[in-house]
This record gives sequence, C-alpha cells and structure tokens, in this order.
Amino acid sequence: MTLELAGVTTALLLLLGTPLAWWLARTQSRFRSVVSAIVALPLVLPPTVLGFYLLLFWGPRGLGGQLSRALHLRPLPFSFAGLVVASLICSLPFVVQPLASAIRALGRGPLEAAATLRLGSIQSFVWVALPLLRSSFLTAGLLGFAHTVGEFGVVLMLGGNIPGQTRVLSIALFEHVEALDYTAAHALALGLVLFSFVTLLGWGRLHERSRGI
Amino acid sequence: MSEAAGSERGLFAAFRRARGDFSLELDLELPARGTTVLFGPSGAGKTTLLRCLAGLERPRVARIGLGDTVFQDDARALFVPTHRRPLGYVFQDDALFPHLNVRENVAFGMRRIRPPMRRVAWEPTIELLGLGPLLDRRTTELSGGERKRVGLGRALLTSPELLLLDEPLSGLDRPARRLVLDYLRQVRDRWEIPMIYVSHALDELLRLADHLVLLDAGRVVDAGPVLDVTARAASFPGLEGEHGALLLASLVQHDPEAGLSRLEFSGSALWVPQVARSLGSLVRVWVRASDVSICLEAPGRSSALNVLPARIVKVEAAGPYQALVEAEVGAAPGRLFRALITKKSVVDLDLRPQQQVFLQLETVALLTDG
Repeated sequence: MTLELAGVTTALLLLLGTPLAWWLARTQSRFRSVVSAIVALPLVLPPTVLGFYLLLFWGPRGLGGQLSRALHLRPLPFSFAGLVVASLICSLPFVVQPLASAIRALGRGPLEAAATLRLGSIQSFVWVALPLLRSSFLTAGLLGFAHTVGEFGVVLMLGGNIPGQTRVLSIALFEHVEALDYTAAHALALGLVLFSFVTLLGWGRLHERSRGI
Repeated sequence: MSEAAGSERGLFAAFRRARGDFSLELDLELPARGTTVLFGPSGAGKTTLLRCLAGLERPRVARIGLGDTVFQDDARALFVPTHRRPLGYVFQDDALFPHLNVRENVAFGMRRIRPPMRRVAWEPTIELLGLGPLLDRRTTELSGGERKRVGLGRALLTSPELLLLDEPLSGLDRPARRLVLDYLRQVRDRWEIPMIYVSHALDELLRLADHLVLLDAGRVVDAGPVLDVTARAASFPGLEGEHGALLLASLVQHDPEAGLSRLEFSGSALWVPQVARSLGSLVRVWVRASDVSICLEAPGRSSALNVLPARIVKVEAAGPYQALVEAEVGAAPGRLFRALITKKSVVDLDLRPQQQVFLQLETVALLTDG
C-alpha cells in the first residue's frame, strides 16, 4: 500500500517535475521566483495546513470537488487518487530542486554542442541531457520516494485512515501508539528507520560512484 | 547545389545585437572559401558573431545566410534553428560529451547525416587527425590538444558547408598549438571547407588568414583579403604595440651551404633562413617593424642579410618617443614595409614621404613552417 503509493507518486513526480525543473533552471521570466517559492512551500509549511486546504478544495463544496462531480469522477478525498495528489504536492520540492540545480550545473554547453551536431531539442534531451543527468534523476526519484513514504500530515488530512485503502505506514504507526500497542509500533517504526537508512545509504553510494568517474 | 551557390555568394551577416552595455553592430560579406579570421581583443564580439552565425544566439533583427541558404531573415520572420544549419562548430571549451567515449563523440554528428550526404568520410578523418589510437578512450583521459582534435573531427564528420572555430588553440601549450594548427591546415587543404576562425593571437592570424575581419568593441574596423587589411591597418585591435608587414613571396632559390633561401615578391627579394619547401611554393613572411632600420645610403659592408631600396609613404607618431615609418618596396604597386624607429632618428635623418631610403632587415619571421 505504502510502496504502491510512493511508486506511483515518484513516477508522476519525475514526469511532472522534469519540465518544471527545466523551466525553473532556464527561464528568464519574472515569474520564476514566484513559481520557485510556490514549489518550495511544502518544505516549510506544516503538512496539515496543506492537507486542510486540499481537503477544502476537493471537498463537496470546494471548486475541485464540484468539478470532479461535474465530470462524474470519484471524489478525491479518502481515496487512493487523493493520496497520490496530496503526496505529489508535498514531495514536489524534493524532486524539482535537485533537478533544477543539476540542470543549471549542466549549463548550455552540451546541448549547444548537440545542436551544432544536428540534433533537435527532443533528440538532444534524450541523447545528451538524460544520460548526463542520470544520477540527478536517481537522486530526485529516491528523495521523492522516501519523502512520500515518510509523509504523515497531508496523508492523514486528505486520505483519512481506511484500512486497505488509504492507511499508510506512517499513519498505522500513529494508530498503534494511540492504542498503546508498542510491539506493533516498534515493528513499523524500525521498518521505516531501516528503509530510510537504506535509501539514504544507496543515495550516498550513488553519488560517490558518479563523482568517481 | 547550395555548395556551388555558396562559393559565389558567400556568407552574409547583417545585424544589431545589444545586451547590457555591449552592442554588436555589423554588416559583413565574407567569401565562402579559404579561411576567414575574425580578429580582435576579448569583448570585441567575435564569439557572439560566431554564435549568431550558428544560431546559438538570435539577434532580434538580422539577415544571416550562406550562399542561397538564408538562416535568419526577420523581414520574412525566418529563423533556421542551429541543428538545421549545415555548419560545423568547434567550441573554445571543446564541449565534448563526458558520457561518451572518443569514438562515440566523433561519430555523434555523423550519424545524423544521411550516408549519401557524407562528403567527409570516417576513415580519412580519423587518419588525418590521428584519432585512431584515441577512439576507445574516455574524454577525460585526453590532453588539451587531443580534445581539440576530437572536437574538430566531430564537427568535420557532419560534412559542414562551413566550419566555425572559436579560438581552437586557446589553452594549449606551444607544441600542441603547432600540432593543431598543422591539422587545421591539412583539413583546409584536404576538404576545402571554408572556415571562420575566431582568434586574438597574432601568429594564428598571420599563418591562417586568407581573409581578415578586424573587430573592436562590437564594430568592424576593417575587412578584406589579409594582405590588403594588414597593409592598411598599422596595428591590430588589442595589439596596439605590434607593427609589421605581411608578405606573400615565392621561393626561388635554396643555398644549402649558407643555410638560406631566397624569396621573391613584387620584383624584390629577401634572404631568409632555409625554408623546407620546394622551389616555386608560396611562403608567408612577417617582418616586424622593430626589426627594420632605415639608412639614407646603401650601407657598405653590413651583417644584415637584407638591404632593400624603398620609398617612404608615410611617417607617423607611435607613442611619445617613437615613429612608425611606412615604406614601399619593389616595383609598383610594391609591398608595404613598416619600420619602428625613434622620433630623434626621424629628425636626424629628416625622413619625409616620397624619400628614397634603404631598409635594413635584422630578422624575418617565417610563418609557413611554423
């Protein structure tokens, strides 16, 4: 359940985060700083604030809720799709920021060289930018994944806690503690700690290797 | 098709580009053959001009093209993106792809060219540039000169109609410069691809340029065949202290015992240290103004190898104590020589235009064998 959520979210994050990061890294637009700040908001806001607004927005009276009803979609709150949307927004900065700085560090040189070697922009992206940014994509993906697994506030607000549907690890842990079931809590908590540790370890290894080349 | 047209019409570029307090404004027609050197101090706009030709930068209003092919014409809202222009570009920082090895780098652009369009073939390129032993290396294991050769080969193999080179010798030590310069000459002779070559080094200009564009602060100071421009311009932008004369002379005699060769130009002749070329070949010579002295009468016995009769054309101040004298040597229209002497000497010898004098040359720099 948790892994499925994190997996779907990470895939979507990379898909949406890449063009956004590209735009942030390259644009001269005066909206850049505004967009950049909005993307970074989830870093500093208590997740419950986000969850609250998302709940209102997608709720039966909210704009999003009315829209999805008009389109005969299932309501988002307390569903898996709702969790995905919430996690997307929360984890976006963890994906966009490393990608944007990597794209900035890449510079224009390699892509200009590719252009003089007759590659169009899409071909340049596939054959030059993607391979050169490979490790940054892995980093961004890992961070996005790990952060989604660890997210709590938004998930609780928007997802509720429906076993088998929207109950994720972090919330299950909260429940166990509430119920004073420390054995189960230990099992989950230790699992999360181990998972995070392994993720970060893998990330560090990856970095060392890509720098070693 | 565009090739034939290109050699008739050549390269044209007219635009204004303003960025901050720097503006580049020019209207140029360049021949689409031989080597054109864009020369000027850093900040003159050379690289910007090259980037605009390649479409890496887009001046707001411009007309740029090669022969019958128009790359940018804002009167017709036309802009051909870089990857559709038949140009090769050698970057100052090489811009090799670090994720690919040498072979993949060199083949990178060639793969985009349909086989029948490949005028520059793989084998002769690899052979001429000596890339064979490097092909399986990573780009990070290459020396500066090797990186340049890889960049040059990569650009060449797209079979460009024009090769743009941005200071290809910068950052190389002297032996590597010589080697790369030699490769460039061979490339020029082998495929006859016209080159636009950005430089701020005098020796590159003198050795390579067939055509010369002097740029300073975003403006064209002078442009034309290299012999004409070097005759007109007493000095070069960014090199105000360097004066001299560029000669194209033909090799007519070897004297192996003395270790000398005789060069003829405009009905006059020079002895120079032996040139390893066959008789009849054309040799470039640079005579520095500081190596030329002036005598009113032919010196009797002198250690100077060359004493040339000349007619003074112009005397002008060059700094507080020195003067630059321009004098014509040989049958009209003779070649212009320059001598840098003290103002005191000008007064003592009472030098003025039309006066007949003798130029005494200490040494001359041969450029062909550099």
